[in-house]
Amino acid sequence: MLFSSRTPWPEEPSTYPGPRVVREPTDPDLEALRSKDEAAFEALIGRYHGPMMRLAMTYLRDRGAAEDAVQETWLTCLKTLDRFEGRSSLKTWIFGILLNVARSRRRKESRILPFTSLFRREGGDDRGPTVDPRRFGKDGMWSTPPDSWSNVPETRLLDRETGEKVKAAIEQLPSKQREVVILRDVAGFEADEVCALLSISQANQRVRLHRGRASVRKTLEEYLR
Amino acid sequence: MTCREVVELMTDYLDGFLSPADRARFEDHIHGCDGCRAYLAQLRTARSLIGRAADEPVPEPLKAELMNAFRSWKSS
Repeated sequence: MLFSSRTPWPEEPSTYPGPRVVREPTDPDLEALRSKDEAAFEALIGRYHGPMMRLAMTYLRDRGAAEDAVQETWLTCLKTLDRFEGRSSLKTWIFGILLNVARSRRRKESRILPFTSLFRREGGDDRGPTVDPRRFGKDGMWSTPPDSWSNVPETRLLDRETGEKVKAAIEQLPSKQREVVILRDVAGFEADEVCALLSISQANQRVRLHRGRASVRKTLEEYLR
Repeated sequence: MTCREVVELMTDYLDGFLSPADRARFEDHIHGCDGCRAYLAQLRTARSLIGRAADEPVPEPLKAELMNAFRSWKSS
């Protein structure tokens, strides 16, 4: 169930450079919004709430501020929908607005917040190994290999406490890794879309994603030990 | 390829960003290495569990405000 439900990524690697996803000429969500379908709007805000909150919290100090940013994003979407030309997907457009809203709110916040909290999550290393080098021998092979998690009951992997651990691990990531991990693995965007949203290169996207996932894995390894 | 190198290529492997030659070497290594197979499975699990952070209901007050905004937008 863990791997079959709602996985926004292919389970098997595609071949480089990968088939481009052909976008449907009409996006059903967009059509529904344009026809002012109330149920469709409700479904949309429900579907994107978690990813939008996680992303907003990358920039803002607390849940309340993040919720305000999500609200402003939806209001902006409604107000400017008639100007949306469909050059990107509706989802990319919505998350692009959220990024603008959250960043601009952070600039305002930064005038009232002390320095330390402002830069607490900045920077972060994009270099060096993601696995403790002491776990490998001189030959570069595992000396302390990871345990298999196949004997960890799925109920434990899926329980609330593990979920909270994972959320906390995401929160602890350096902001540049965090935004990539959230967009790829929480919001389910493709690599290309993330590069466009954040104006970063493919190489950067991959490094940040890898480091972010590796950190979350490490937290889980310690927790599930 | 050593295990130390292989672990750093895993995201590129999962995303299909390895060249065919590197992918073949990567898979050769993985087939013979329990540690790297376990690590790859852990990364996949981590990715799945990160995806579950998407599940969060919209708080009722926020939902009510957004639906009100939608209705006034609809009638405008």
